[in-house]
Amino acid sequence: MIEIQNLNKTYDAASGPITALRDINLTIEDGEIFGIIGLSGAGKSTLVRCINLLERPTSGKVVLDGQDLTALPRKALLHTRQSIGMIFQGFNLLEQRTVLKNVCFPLEIAGVKKSDARKRAAELLELVGLSDRANAYPSQLSGGQKQRVAIARALATKPKYLLCDEATSALDPTTTQSILALLKQINQTLGVTIVVITHEMRVIEQICDRVAVIDQSRIAEIGKVSEVFVNPQSDIAKALIIPNNPVTSLPPCEGRRLRLVFDNRVSGEPIISRIAMECHVPVNIVFADTRFVEGNAYGHMILELPNDENQIQAVLRFLNANHINYEED
Amino acid sequence: MNTEWLAKLWNNNVLQLGVWETIYMTLLATLFAYLIGLPLGLLLRVTDTDGIHPIKWLNSVLGVIVNFLRSMPFIILMVAMLPVAKFIVGTSLGNRAVIVTLVIAAAPYVARMVESSVKEVDAGVIEAAQAMGTSSFQIVWKVLIPEAKPSLIIGAVISTVTILGYSAMAATIGGGGLGQIAIVYGHQRSDQLVIWVCVVLIAIIVQVIQAVGMRIAHRVDRRIRN
Repeated sequence: MIEIQNLNKTYDAASGPITALRDINLTIEDGEIFGIIGLSGAGKSTLVRCINLLERPTSGKVVLDGQDLTALPRKALLHTRQSIGMIFQGFNLLEQRTVLKNVCFPLEIAGVKKSDARKRAAELLELVGLSDRANAYPSQLSGGQKQRVAIARALATKPKYLLCDEATSALDPTTTQSILALLKQINQTLGVTIVVITHEMRVIEQICDRVAVIDQSRIAEIGKVSEVFVNPQSDIAKALIIPNNPVTSLPPCEGRRLRLVFDNRVSGEPIISRIAMECHVPVNIVFADTRFVEGNAYGHMILELPNDENQIQAVLRFLNANHINYEED
Repeated sequence: MNTEWLAKLWNNNVLQLGVWETIYMTLLATLFAYLIGLPLGLLLRVTDTDGIHPIKWLNSVLGVIVNFLRSMPFIILMVAMLPVAKFIVGTSLGNRAVIVTLVIAAAPYVARMVESSVKEVDAGVIEAAQAMGTSSFQIVWKVLIPEAKPSLIIGAVISTVTILGYSAMAATIGGGGLGQIAIVYGHQRSDQLVIWVCVVLIAIIVQVIQAVGMRIAHRVDRRIRN
């Protein structure tokens, strides 16, 4: 379990102190995939670096399995880091080492015997599907392959935790899918607790159990991914759920806007047709999309209603009666 | 053109000895310059404000010393360091004294070369190593040096050629080698042919060092080959 308590991080810049993180409190449970999402500059990368103390918090605690890492002497901290794997957007492989020797690297650091390290590395390459590239150098691999090597390397010391800092942000959509599937598989088969940092809601939706939304150095909201998706509380969460938010980019409308979320239960029904026929209200579809959240299909849609209070109330009554999640924009 | 004098130098093995002295002074001085300059360069990088173990005062002190030695023209530094040479090798004359002054002049140069080579190592790779619990010493030994190896070798080639150039100036304090032959047997006897033969021989030595060094640098680099 990772507990972050009252964490603050401030940088001293020439222009004065810059606050990167403010009063962060969160708990990451064993076995879950926890997402941290935010726009660039929100502080999420600093937050993940505070977990293994690559960045030292200005105040607050990082408690890993009951042990406060900020209080550990350097040697003990280095040892603890071996139980926290990390992967990066830029893969960060050693360019002058073969794939196999990259995976051996953390084992060398941990003092594992060379023959044992090689055996373990070969197992991990098998796990990530790159056994045939063991003697290749990183420059000979594609981005997806490099990230697989990085994952194998991060898992070499059998860590309990895996931190992923924008691990799929440099990859194309298809490769992103395969890396996310691999992370999910690692979580389920090895029981590794995974922390995913990303600016893409799709990544969160696809593999995370819970999510913390970071905005301007603070946690804006935190909860189960499905709950945040269906009923986002903060403006930032709403903006992240609909990237390039069409509502904000469209000219302001005369009437009212509603965001509807359909789950499996109602996604088979012709809701819009029924609104038109039963409520006699013409609606305009501004945006529509389908997402898979926690393995379930969700549709969401932004509707524009005429500027008529009676008609709006009729639609809201219809939605309530049919138990359809909605929020006013 | 009178080739008689040149032939005499050749027959008495003066030229051959000059080539050998130049090569051995250069290589020995380069070796010792690296024994000092390599750790110094790594220390400069590691203790820098964005290094893996920033120590501001140490970095500033080393930086000032290195810059001071580097800002002095070699011919002046050489004469200034003769007492130091006498202290270290017991004489201020001959090749041994020359090697000491060469090392003092070249070590700061090598340090900057090394510093700039290891600076090229991707910060992300260092961060990844830190995330695995790698100590600062292990990062230097297992990340910085191996990852910068091709660049370090290219730096060594450039340093060797620079030191070879310095060694030719050492004739002024009684050092041997092709520089001495060019001055004593060429310049002072107004024999242009001897001077040009020395120039060509030095050029050939430089070409060989350059070609061999670059081939090694390319061969050890794993980033480009497929």
